Amino acid sequence: MSKQGHINAQFDAELRSLKEQILTMGQLVDRHVGEAVAAMQARDVERARSVILADRAVNQMELAIDEQCIRMLALRQPAASDLRFVAAALKMVTDLERIGDLAVKMAEEVPHLGEAPPLRALSELPAMAAAAQGMLRDALEAFVTSDTAKAEAVMAADAAVDAWMVRLFGEVQRAMELDAGVVGRGLATIFFGKQIERMADHTTNVAEMIVFAVRGQDVRHATST
Amino acid sequence: MPGGVKLRTEALDVYYGAFQALKNVTASIRERRLTALIGPSGCGKSTLLRVFNRMNDFTPGCRVAGVVEVDGTPLYGPGVDVEGLRKKVGMVFQRPNPFPLSIYENVVYGPRIHAMARGPALDAVAERSLSAVGLWDDLKDRLQESALGLSLEQMQRLCIARALAVAPEVLLLDEPCSALDPVATMRIESLMRELAHDYTLLIVTHNMQQAARISDDTGFLLLGELIELAPTATIFTRPRDRRTEDYVTGRYG
Repeated sequence: MSKQGHINAQFDAELRSLKEQILTMGQLVDRHVGEAVAAMQARDVERARSVILADRAVNQMELAIDEQCIRMLALRQPAASDLRFVAAALKMVTDLERIGDLAVKMAEEVPHLGEAPPLRALSELPAMAAAAQGMLRDALEAFVTSDTAKAEAVMAADAAVDAWMVRLFGEVQRAMELDAGVVGRGLATIFFGKQIERMADHTTNVAEMIVFAVRGQDVRHATST
Repeated sequence: MPGGVKLRTEALDVYYGAFQALKNVTASIRERRLTALIGPSGCGKSTLLRVFNRMNDFTPGCRVAGVVEVDGTPLYGPGVDVEGLRKKVGMVFQRPNPFPLSIYENVVYGPRIHAMARGPALDAVAERSLSAVGLWDDLKDRLQESALGLSLEQMQRLCIARALAVAPEVLLLDEPCSALDPVATMRIESLMRELAHDYTLLIVTHNMQQAARISDDTGFLLLGELIELAPTATIFTRPRDRRTEDYVTGRYG
């Protein structure tokens, strides 16, 4: 957005508020993912349950932000960078809400990990989650500062998380082939890891929307077109 | 050819006495498209509109330098048929300005003085012109009534019909809806969209949303300069110039 304020100062206040709400929502889903991972590490089913219950707040934020965006489109009829910002906000909020859902799915997996000794691969999941969360935090920072270079770095980081997941999948698959007794734990590990990998995908979408909002350039599907 | 260049300026400077109203304006207006000119008051948008049918000739102290063309033919210089030009390039003003004559006489005034038609042929021109602006069905039985008894919207439609009656190729419209209420405005906007199938329309508007709603291309002027002329969707979603951005987002006024 331009540095100069709008002639209508109320519109500036609304845009600021929208930005703050998205930031708050992003920080909230980041925290939920962190809680789900902590619950997994501790095999703490109660802690996992509180992550599931907390998702309701994320959903309510999505509805509130959506409503605010629709109001602004109707009442302010934003143009150019303002229009791109509101359009990007509408899409980012969907991705953030999905990240909240992924935290729920991670939490739901905790009871299935069971009491048996975990597979080695499971020990890598906290680091993988930290990588995805780092991407999300960078994306949120890029959003606040309109930093497209940082947003592009987030997009580039997704490949490493994807590769990580492929490697873990292979490892767990081999373990399950060798010992049918670990299939339950193996599937839970893969399932948990898959949520992390998808979180990084949704974070990448958020980063793409930041580039669109700032530069007016659609960088989605850049390699497929 | 739709989309080809109908009106063109190159390095156009316009002065009112010592004041320079347009500075080095180079613009191409596409044929059978609707082009809107936007910008703050005094930016030169009406001046640019008016050079295309030499309305500025009537303004004392007005001086035009540079290239102005319709269909590649220069408009300024010796030997230009100004009457013929104004027939080809019609104009509609902000306030509806029907002549104090009957509805019928308003429409046939131009064809009559240009000796384009007479008798029953004039009736056909009246019907065709009034139909084109959506007035024929309502007014066909009231053609001899005074045009001054019409509603503002009807008057503005009549003025457009009057311009169409001489078979122009270009219509210049200077804030044609600013005297109208929102519903009448929408109906005139819809009419302009229809007319853009057959005519080249150039409109000056203070209403940015109107430019966004109806035009194919939008030109933004500021302090006599044409800052940007581009497809309307581009101007309102990702303008190239920061000054355009500030204007369309309401940061500059």
